[in-house]
Amino acid sequence: MSDVVAVILMTGVTAYALFGGADFGAGFWDLTAGGARRGAAPRQVVSHAIGPVWEANHVWLIFCLVVLWTGFPEAFASITLTLFVPLTLAAFGIVLRGASFAFRKEVTRTSSQRNFGAAFAASSVLVPYCMGAVAGAIASGRVPPNGTAGDAWSSWVNPTSVLGGVLAVTVCAYLAAVYMVWDARRLGEQEMVEYFRRRAVATAIVTGIIAFAGIFVLHGDARYVFDGLMSRALPLVIISGICGIASLVLLLRQDNRGARLLAMGAVATVVFGWGVAQYPYILPTSMKLSAAAAPDATLWSIVVVFVIAAVVILPSLGLLYYLDQRDLLGVAAEPDTRAGTTSS
Amino acid sequence: MGNVLTSVLAVNPVPWARSQMAFTLAFHIVLVPLGVAWGFITLVANYRALKHDDADALLLAQRWSKYMAVTFAVGAVTGTVLTFEFGLLWPRFMGRFGDAFGIPFAIEGLFFFLEAIFLAVYIYGWKRLKPWPHFWAGVPIVIAGIGGTASVVAANAWMNEPSGFTMNAAGKIVDVDPWGVIFNKAMPLQTIHMLIAAYLVGGFLVASVYAAAMLRGRRDRYHRIGFLIPFTVAAVAMPFQMLVGDELARWVYNNEPVKFAAIEMVPKTSSDVPETLFGYLNSSGQVEGGIPIPGLASWLSDPADGTSTVIQGLDTVPASQRPTNAEVSVVHLAWDVMIGMATLLFLLSLWYFAAWVFKRRLPKSRMFLVVAAAAGVLSVVALEAGWVVTEVGRQPWIVRNLMKVEQAATGNTEVWITFVAVLLIYAVVGVTLVLVLRLMSRRWREGELDDRGGPYEPRGGVPPREPAGIS
Repeated sequence: MSDVVAVILMTGVTAYALFGGADFGAGFWDLTAGGARRGAAPRQVVSHAIGPVWEANHVWLIFCLVVLWTGFPEAFASITLTLFVPLTLAAFGIVLRGASFAFRKEVTRTSSQRNFGAAFAASSVLVPYCMGAVAGAIASGRVPPNGTAGDAWSSWVNPTSVLGGVLAVTVCAYLAAVYMVWDARRLGEQEMVEYFRRRAVATAIVTGIIAFAGIFVLHGDARYVFDGLMSRALPLVIISGICGIASLVLLLRQDNRGARLLAMGAVATVVFGWGVAQYPYILPTSMKLSAAAAPDATLWSIVVVFVIAAVVILPSLGLLYYLDQRDLLGVAAEPDTRAGTTSS
Repeated sequence: MGNVLTSVLAVNPVPWARSQMAFTLAFHIVLVPLGVAWGFITLVANYRALKHDDADALLLAQRWSKYMAVTFAVGAVTGTVLTFEFGLLWPRFMGRFGDAFGIPFAIEGLFFFLEAIFLAVYIYGWKRLKPWPHFWAGVPIVIAGIGGTASVVAANAWMNEPSGFTMNAAGKIVDVDPWGVIFNKAMPLQTIHMLIAAYLVGGFLVASVYAAAMLRGRRDRYHRIGFLIPFTVAAVAMPFQMLVGDELARWVYNNEPVKFAAIEMVPKTSSDVPETLFGYLNSSGQVEGGIPIPGLASWLSDPADGTSTVIQGLDTVPASQRPTNAEVSVVHLAWDVMIGMATLLFLLSLWYFAAWVFKRRLPKSRMFLVVAAAAGVLSVVALEAGWVVTEVGRQPWIVRNLMKVEQAATGNTEVWITFVAVLLIYAVVGVTLVLVLRLMSRRWREGELDDRGGPYEPRGGVPPREPAGIS
């Protein structure tokens, strides 16, 4: 039973990485887009791409936290006690990012737009870094079991956490660039298609290199997960590698739709692979899923909620994405970015 | 570096964790009514616009949905902070009770998803969706608001009235009855009370903006309707809230006697207890100051027995298991404030209805508009006060009679730093939120077109905005 809930949890984490992650990545491209004039066009695409969907995507995070604390309460307590600092930073980053993104759309003066934009973009990098560092702390066995606190600093300032953080930032940037190639074309902006395609290719290569280097980091610093990735999770790792390379090839050949699907495949398999690699532990190698799990009735409640989500929420999300991709959403609600940028 | 920092800044985290939770909740709770009730209010305007071809109502619905986009975003992220804080500030509470307490939140997640999805469809769908499908896309927002409120309040009610689980001798939960957790005894009345409160605050808050505008002479039809729709929603809800509140108070009298003793400030068990307006409990636990109304507290607790009704006093439980004298004073004051505000708003609603019944129009008196313009803030004060009553009244427990707040708190000594940071960040976000909302309003008033073209244009009628002009 605890295994089923673990799969649900990893499904939530993967969905958050694929959708929420891309929204953070969009913030990364916002950050690196340059001055107000030069960066206006890419920022326009960013704003269009994530405007209608980021809040729905963000709910996956709530979903993960709730499943974790309800299904594995003692592991959750260990994690929050140990990783107080990065989780607090992530929470602050989430506030700044969401609020400043919403504010930026409504203000007209360039200086205000710039301030909100900076807050939005900087926090879009901070949050995935912290999340990745948290994942690294868990994977490398630095979170002790049974609701006890590990070291407040070395738990998330260590090779695996740095790897996790940097990888999270680059993966988010990569996904976002790939998606935005598509979004730019939808918006009919050829120049931006090319702009994001170049960046997608670059981040694909960078991410690939970091992931490859990561193998050695894990070998030295997170042995259990390393062994898992090389055995149980090896098929997923291989699929991820193939998807990544294939998506790169398609990007170079300008087949953007295929590239998008393969990029999602590459990220999903590696995130899920992490879960498989540390099985049967929720906190390797001190606390097993079964030891941390809530009573069966609670686990069943989570399963029921998940089934309802699959029946009700997934079609609704599908509707949202469908309307968004068909350009039935989004145009009316962003009247003013232009007024501000031209006055600069 | 870490070690030096920790030793220099080692500060007891409990009071800071308490303050941070209280502050972030107090902030978030103001945004809740806007998320829960504003959708309904907007749909009323939208419905009116479609049914009666009312251009003013249509414009209001559009603009409200755009304000909502901003308030919902801030509400979503401040709500996320609360989710983090359960773990960051109260890890031992979550570790021990997460498997029961978490269940309502899992359900809340579903409603939050639904709300976020359809709010996006509704807010961003004005231009290209057909009118009625667009209207119906708004309906799940209202349902999700109700369901989400019920779920979150169920979790809070569970802290007041923990049930639906079995513990072993070591105090670890070994079995859970999800229905027993969700539908704990405190849940039904607390939920209805909060839900109506959300509609009251949402209605009065939105209406107060238009009342203020009318006071400044903007009395056209647009502003009148902008006042009438939300104010009517709140005014209709008000009498129901008086009934539900009364019922809930009696429920607390019967089921949470210590909280009730704090509310009525009753040091010793007795009959013929006076209702003391204001006043406080001094350090030796005696009532001081205030205006006592003889026998009223007893009479209200059970009108059947009248003034002979016995109210259990604070002295029936050891001092370590009840709120401190200072906390009792806070609870009592918050209670008086809530009742006072509610009474004022109730009278305002009566005035409004009387004018409609007898004169078929809004009250003409300028005084009415002045009070109505203040009603938004007053209703927020009542909401905050009510929340203080239920939370401070439960002290020192986080889970009543099972776990104390100090047992639940994190051991991280940096909480005072995060509290200061939260204070600063939220201050900036809060001030900016108000400024941005005002900016949007001013921009619209100065006649700038809301969008390119009107809503509900045929597909393809409006070309996607040309970004070419940017560079």
